[in-house]
Amino acid sequence: MSDIVIDVRGLTKSYGRRKVVDDFDLTVPRGAIYGFLGPNGSGKTTTIRMVCGLLKPESGAGSVLGFDVLNESLKIKERVGYMTQKFSLYEDLSIRENLEFIARLYGLDRRDDRVDAALEDLGLSERQEQLAGKLSGGWKQRLALAACMIHEPEVLLLDEPTAGVDPKARRDFWDAIRRYSAQGVTTLVSTHYMDEAVQCDSIAYIAYGKKLLDAPTADIPKQVGLFGWRIAGRPLLQAQQMLEAAPGVDIVARFGAEIHACSKDAAALDRAVRAVKQAQPHVEIEPIEAGFEEIFIYLMSGALDNFQ
Amino acid sequence: MKLPSLSALLDLSWSRVFAVFLKELVQMRRDRPTFAIMIMMPIMQLVLFGYAINTDPRHLPAVIEMREDGPMTRAFLASLQASTFIDIVDIAYTSDEAEAALRSGEATYLISIPEGFERRLIRGERPQILIAADASDPVASSGAISAIERIAQSAFAPEFQGPLNFLARAPPPYEIVVHRRYNPAGVSAFNIVPALLGVILTMTMVMITSIALTRETERGTMENLLATPVRPLEVMIGKTTPYIGVGAIQVAIVLIVAMLLFRIPFTGSFLAFLIAVTLFIFANLMLGYLISTAARTQMQAMQMTFFIFLPSILLSGFMFPFRAMPGWAQAIGEALPITHFLRMVREIVLKGAGLGDVLNDLWPLALILIVLASLALLRFRRTLD
Repeated sequence: MSDIVIDVRGLTKSYGRRKVVDDFDLTVPRGAIYGFLGPNGSGKTTTIRMVCGLLKPESGAGSVLGFDVLNESLKIKERVGYMTQKFSLYEDLSIRENLEFIARLYGLDRRDDRVDAALEDLGLSERQEQLAGKLSGGWKQRLALAACMIHEPEVLLLDEPTAGVDPKARRDFWDAIRRYSAQGVTTLVSTHYMDEAVQCDSIAYIAYGKKLLDAPTADIPKQVGLFGWRIAGRPLLQAQQMLEAAPGVDIVARFGAEIHACSKDAAALDRAVRAVKQAQPHVEIEPIEAGFEEIFIYLMSGALDNFQ
Repeated sequence: MKLPSLSALLDLSWSRVFAVFLKELVQMRRDRPTFAIMIMMPIMQLVLFGYAINTDPRHLPAVIEMREDGPMTRAFLASLQASTFIDIVDIAYTSDEAEAALRSGEATYLISIPEGFERRLIRGERPQILIAADASDPVASSGAISAIERIAQSAFAPEFQGPLNFLARAPPPYEIVVHRRYNPAGVSAFNIVPALLGVILTMTMVMITSIALTRETERGTMENLLATPVRPLEVMIGKTTPYIGVGAIQVAIVLIVAMLLFRIPFTGSFLAFLIAVTLFIFANLMLGYLISTAARTQMQAMQMTFFIFLPSILLSGFMFPFRAMPGWAQAIGEALPITHFLRMVREIVLKGAGLGDVLNDLWPLALILIVLASLALLRFRRTLD
């Protein structure tokens, strides 16, 4: 079997006159964890739904696990685990009943064993009779992951799986994803969190339905080409306001007692930072290399919008 | 416990009230289907029921059994034909033929004029004109009986002149005998109770299944369901089957109550009844399921259910005689599952009909079922589009 698991080209979808996803390409190799980033409403959910056959693209083509996304969506559904953004299991069924229901839909053999194993994995064996609606956000998310893993899919499509979940549960969740990845499961995951994005092998960044960036995570800083300055000292409020008002400064992010100001325009940034130093002599300035955090703030603010 | 003071209750801000009012207006405008139903419902129902409901039934179908062919009987027949109270659907020459028309519901009346009527009239033997009325629907049968007496009077009057002048007297030289068939006492409950089974099944079956898919969509579980390899037909069958049991329980309850409380005689074939009621339950489940493929919210589903429910009561022959409605209203009625079920259940329970007698309504019901199921399957969206 080929080593490219998801291969889609030119996916396009509009609602009314608005193009939600525009000419979208994506290639994901087997076992990869592919991060899917973008501001709210940028088309991430629509793209994931098209990949797993829940939405019909207007144009474009592609395959998942070698099956055509337009005509063989049933075959894709059998081999893909899709975790929806909103909890979409039955709140009025118990944890066990939900898993059994899903297991039956996939026509799995050894159903009881699989459900038992999934419950064990989840650490929910004790509470299996509890209604799913009574679970907290973190547990609901673990249950949802267990439900979309129960048929041992080769591909996981996770749509903002950790939204509204506490940091400990998020770490556990990512440990699980990495475990699956080591077993050869391919994962496409959309997220808003930079600490999660950093854990991905590759990142695709989408805004207003267009893919603006697609690269291995390690290459992202170089590709974005962001210059940065650190401004430290107290007070900083005025310095921050000046930087925010300055032309050509893309992001001004506060990290405790310092500000990181970044821009793609090195000259404009230099001018702005020096103007701040002049007006506020008590602050210290120092050029820095823009790290992932700055880059993700930059990406998630939708600033890439005007770079094409 | 301290009750909130009156002033606290009255302390309301009209601008907040207005804010809420505006928001509701906007939401109402956004919810196009509900809005459309709110506007269309009164219009359609006024038009439909205003014209269709007729508590003074006319144009009821009659079959005439003619054993005599003379000037007087021809005059009587002509008057019957001219009357708007009854419509002559058939002139039968054998009593078997006439009886069959009455039993199948093709005719509400059977008017028979015996052999030698005219001769015995002239001899002063007071021959009988026999009216057999299908009293399984008392409303339909009672109205026209008195009308037929008046028709006879005016039809014979011109004939009783000259040499036959001596016949123009009171009481008339003939006798009109009315037989109420199938429900001789004219008990309304005999008509209403079996039919109520149809109304109850329509109400509950359609309502329950109308939210089957809508609830999934509303709660967001549809997305998960569609992401699995489940097929539309599997969802349809799986979702509707549990309610077959509910329907069966309702049928049992209504039957027991009908027999114990209302003393309704069950005269016909139980097998025919089972087949008819099963088909009817299926048709209702499919009707509800079809609604649930169209409604976006449970509220919409409820409204659509009532949209079906009202004509099911008013245009099906449940409340008003079916045959007395104008043709277009009858056409709507024919498309409703309950219309066919009502006819079958009345024929089976009250008229002692068997499977063969109800085939006329069994196949339309089966056809409705197939059409509804196919539409529902076609409408089921396999994607979230």
